[in-house]
Amino acid sequence: MAAIGMIVNGKAVTAEVEPRLLLVQFLRENLRLTGTHVGCDTSQCGACVVHVNGLAIKSCTALAVSCDGATVTTIEGLSPAGQLHPMQEAFRECHALQCGFCTPGMIMSAIDAVNRKGTSLDEATVRAELEGNLCRCTGYHNIVRAVQAGARAMAVRPLVQAAE
Amino acid sequence: MNETGVGQSVRRREDFRFITGAGQYTDDINRPGQAYAVFVRSPHAHAAIKSVDIDAAAKAPGVLGIFTGKDLAADKIGTLICGWMIHSKDGSPMKAGVHPALAGDKVRYVGDHVAVVIAETQNQARDAAELVAVDYDVLPASVSPQTTQEAGQPLLHEAAPNNTVYQWHLGDSAAVDAAFAGAKHVATVALSNNRLIPNAIEPRAAIGEYDRGSGGYTLYTTSQNPHVARLVLSAFIGIAPENKLRVIAPDVGGGFGSKIFIYAEEVVCTWASRKVGRPVKWVADRTESFLADAHGRDHITTAEAAMDADGKILALRVKTKANLGAYLSTFASSVPTYLYAPLLSGQYDIPAIYCEVDGVYTNTAPVDAYRGAGRPEATFVIERLVEVAAREMGIDPAEFRMRNFIRSFPHQTPVLSNYDTGDYPLCMKMALENADHAGFPARKAASAKAGKLRGIGFSAYIEACGIAPSRAVGSLGAGVGLWESAEVRVNPVGTVEVLTGSHSHGQGHETTFAQLVSQRLGIPIDQVSIVHGDTDKVQMGMGTYGSRSAAVGMSALDKALDKIVAKATKVASRVMEVPEDTVEFTDGVFSGRGTNKTMTFGDVSLQAYVAHKFDTAEIEPGLKEGAFYDPKNFTFPSGVHIAEIEIDPETGITKIERWTAVDDFGNLINPMIVDGQVHGGIAQGIGQAMLEGAVYDSAGQLVTASFMDYCMPRADDLPSFDVTMTNTPCPSNPLGVKGCGEAGAIAAPAALINAITDALRHENIAMPATPQAVWRAAAASRQQLAAE
Repeated sequence: MAAIGMIVNGKAVTAEVEPRLLLVQFLRENLRLTGTHVGCDTSQCGACVVHVNGLAIKSCTALAVSCDGATVTTIEGLSPAGQLHPMQEAFRECHALQCGFCTPGMIMSAIDAVNRKGTSLDEATVRAELEGNLCRCTGYHNIVRAVQAGARAMAVRPLVQAAE
Repeated sequence: MNETGVGQSVRRREDFRFITGAGQYTDDINRPGQAYAVFVRSPHAHAAIKSVDIDAAAKAPGVLGIFTGKDLAADKIGTLICGWMIHSKDGSPMKAGVHPALAGDKVRYVGDHVAVVIAETQNQARDAAELVAVDYDVLPASVSPQTTQEAGQPLLHEAAPNNTVYQWHLGDSAAVDAAFAGAKHVATVALSNNRLIPNAIEPRAAIGEYDRGSGGYTLYTTSQNPHVARLVLSAFIGIAPENKLRVIAPDVGGGFGSKIFIYAEEVVCTWASRKVGRPVKWVADRTESFLADAHGRDHITTAEAAMDADGKILALRVKTKANLGAYLSTFASSVPTYLYAPLLSGQYDIPAIYCEVDGVYTNTAPVDAYRGAGRPEATFVIERLVEVAAREMGIDPAEFRMRNFIRSFPHQTPVLSNYDTGDYPLCMKMALENADHAGFPARKAASAKAGKLRGIGFSAYIEACGIAPSRAVGSLGAGVGLWESAEVRVNPVGTVEVLTGSHSHGQGHETTFAQLVSQRLGIPIDQVSIVHGDTDKVQMGMGTYGSRSAAVGMSALDKALDKIVAKATKVASRVMEVPEDTVEFTDGVFSGRGTNKTMTFGDVSLQAYVAHKFDTAEIEPGLKEGAFYDPKNFTFPSGVHIAEIEIDPETGITKIERWTAVDDFGNLINPMIVDGQVHGGIAQGIGQAMLEGAVYDSAGQLVTASFMDYCMPRADDLPSFDVTMTNTPCPSNPLGVKGCGEAGAIAAPAALINAITDALRHENIAMPATPQAVWRAAAASRQQLAAE
C-alpha cells in the first residue's frame, strides 16, 4: 500500500492505496466521484477524461500513485458554486448528449481544447480535438456545435476554475 | 401556444444530471456489503469441457464463491430463452440448442461463460479467475455462415442438424417466377451485410441483491426493458416469482438493441447473491462487451429484381443466410425473418416478392437486434438493387425510384406490411433540391480536374416502427404482446407523476413524455415527473426498442390522460355545480360553458382528493388513471438520404462532402431530439458502410475485440448533416407519430455504398468500404477503363 495525497475539486484528500489502483478507480471508488466513467480498457473512448494539473488526461491510464501531489478536476468540480460552466451549458443548449455516458469526458476534453486552442474554434479543429472521445449516440454533429458555442461563451465569461 | 408542449424543441430535463456528473448508471450504484463477480470465459470457439478445477482459485484471497453450470443446474435455474418461434417453410418449428447461462459440457464461442468467481474486491475476483483451471478438449470450429450448413462442418448443437436453425420463407414464389419469365431486364446483386458490434459506450453491468428478510431479489441492470427481464428471469429461468423480483434499469448509457436481451451475467449475479449472501456486482470491461454482447447484422444475400422495359419493377427474389451465432439470443430468430422480409418492398410498388432465409449457427457470439434490426438489411438489399438496376438500364437512379414509388395509401405489399401513409416523391424532390443535385455534374467535373472521383448515392428507405399489434406478432410467433402501459398519478397539488413502461437510455423521455402531459393538462412541464425503469414502481411494460416509445408508449400515456381529463371533468362539474356536458377544458382551465365559473387543473386535483363536494358513491376520490395501449398497425417512417462523396484514388480515402436527409416521421414531439436521433443513426450507418466490421479468424477468434481493432466512428470521420422533415401524420395512433430512432442507421449504408460505387463505376465493393478496399476498387476500375 502507498500513501497518496491530492487536491481533488478543490479539496485535499489522502489515502492508502494499492500501487496498481488506477486514478479512475480512486476517483470512482474511494472518493465516490462517479461522474467520471469507464467505457473501455484501451485508453480509446475518453469517458474517463479528467484534468490533472490543468491538462486533460485519461484517468483509466494513470495510476493513482502517479498523481500523488497533483491537482485534479473532475466533471463534479466544474460547477462548484452551482453555476454551470459555459461548456456544460452549451452541451445542454445544443442537445450535445443523449445517453450522457460519454458526456463528462467529452466536456472535460472540450474545455481542455479551448484552453489550448483558444475560444474561436472552427469545425475541423473541434473534430480533430475530439478524436480521443467516442460517442455512440449523437453522431458528433451537436457536440461539435456545442464545443464551438461553449468556447465562444468561455471567451465572454472566463471561468475561474476554483479547483485548478 | 404551450412553450413546453408537443412540437417544441424543449431542452432536455435529464441533461442537468448528465452534464454535472450526477447520473446514476448501474456501475455508479454500490450496495452495502457488495461483492464482485468476474466471469471465466472460453478462450476457444468450440471445445468440450473436460474438467474445471477451482481448488487454487477458491483459496485465493477474498474469494467468496466460485460457481459453474453444474451449480445452476443443481438449483434448477433454467437456461436462456429465445422469445420468438419461427417455423421453417416445411412447417417444422425452429431447431434451437440449449443456451445455458454457464456452460455445461461444451463451450461454443470465444467469450462463452464457463464459471463465475465472486470475491470481496474486483481485483481479487480477477486474480482468482486467473487461477480457475479449465481443461478443454478443443474442437474444430464452424465460423463462416457461408459454409456452416455444409456436410462435414463441425456441429454446434445436436438439436440443429447442419447447423440450421430454420429455413424460412415469405411471399409467393410462383408469382415471382412468372414475373421473372416475362421480364425485359433482370438485375442481380450479391451482398454481405457486415457483422457489427453495438458498443454502447456504457458497458453492460449488473448487481444482484438478495434480501433474506423478504426472500426477494433486486437486480440493477443495464436494460432497455426491465419488465421483460423480470418476466424472463421469473417465468422462464425460475430465479424467483415476479412479486419477489425487482428489476431496476437506472440511467443506461446507450443500448442500440444490445441491452434488450436477457444475458447470462444478469441470471448469474441475481442467483449468486443468495448463494454468497451478499450483493454481487459485475461490470463488463470493453473486451467482454466485444466478445459477449449480442452482435448485429451478418447477412449474406443474393437478390434479383425483374423489370419491364420502362424500368417498372415486376418482382423481387431474395435469398439470405443469416448468421445467428452460437446460441439464439432473446429475439434473434425474429430479426432476419419478420423484421427483415416484410420491408423488402421498400418504397416501391412491387407486385410480387419472394424471400428465403436460412438462420444458421456458427461458433461466434450470438447475433440479435442492433439499431434497425432487419430493416437496415432489407433497405440495403432493395436500395442497392434498384441502384444497380437503374444504372444497368441507363435510367437516372432518382428517376428510376420515382417511377416505382408507391403513390396511394394504404398500400398492401406482397410481404405482409400494410403501409398506412407516406409521400415518397415529396421526400425525393426535397432531397434532390436540398442536395443541389442539379449542381452535381459541375462538382463532379471539378473533382475530376483535381484527380478525384466524386459520386452521389441515394437511399429511399422505409422502416416499420412502433412494434406492434399484439395479436399480429403473436400469430407470427412472438412469445409476448407488444403493447405499452402508462399510469398518470395526479397529486393533490396538481403535480403529476407519469409511470411508463418505456425506458429511456438516451431518447429523452423525461422531456418528451412530459411535453405531452404539459400540452394535454395545460400545466408547466416542471410539474411533471417521468418515472421509468423500475418494476416496483411501474407495474408492467414492454420497454424501448424498434422506435416504439412515441408510437406505443406515448399513445398509452395519451390514453391515460384521456381518462384523467374525463374524471377531472366530472369532479369539476360537481364542484362548479354545472352540468358535466357543459364543462370545457382548455389550457389547463375547466370552465362551465355559459357561466363565469372556472377552475384550474390544480384546483380540480385538490378537490378530487378532498372529496367534499361530490358523491363518492358516484365518483371515487383521487385522480389516478392507467392505460394499456395496443397499436393498430406498425408505423412506416420513410425518407430519402443522399450522400455525396469524393474519393482520392491515390489513397482510397473517401471524404463525405455532403449528407442530405429528408425524413417523414409524422408529427414530431420534440424536433431537436428527433434531429439528434437522426444524426446518431446516420453516424452508425456510416460506421457500418465505411469503418466497422467484426472479424473472426478461421479458428473463431474475434480479431476485432477492442477499440484499437474495431473502427468506431470518431468526430473527424464524419461530416455535419443536413436534416429536414416532411410530415404525413400517422393515422394508426392518436398522436400521429411514426418513430425516428433507427432511420439514419437504416438509410445511410446504401446511400454511401451507392455513392462510392457511382464514383468508382464499379459495383463490387463490400462493407466496410475501407480506404484499402476503395483503393483496390479504384485501381480495378482504372484497369477496366484502360482496357475499354
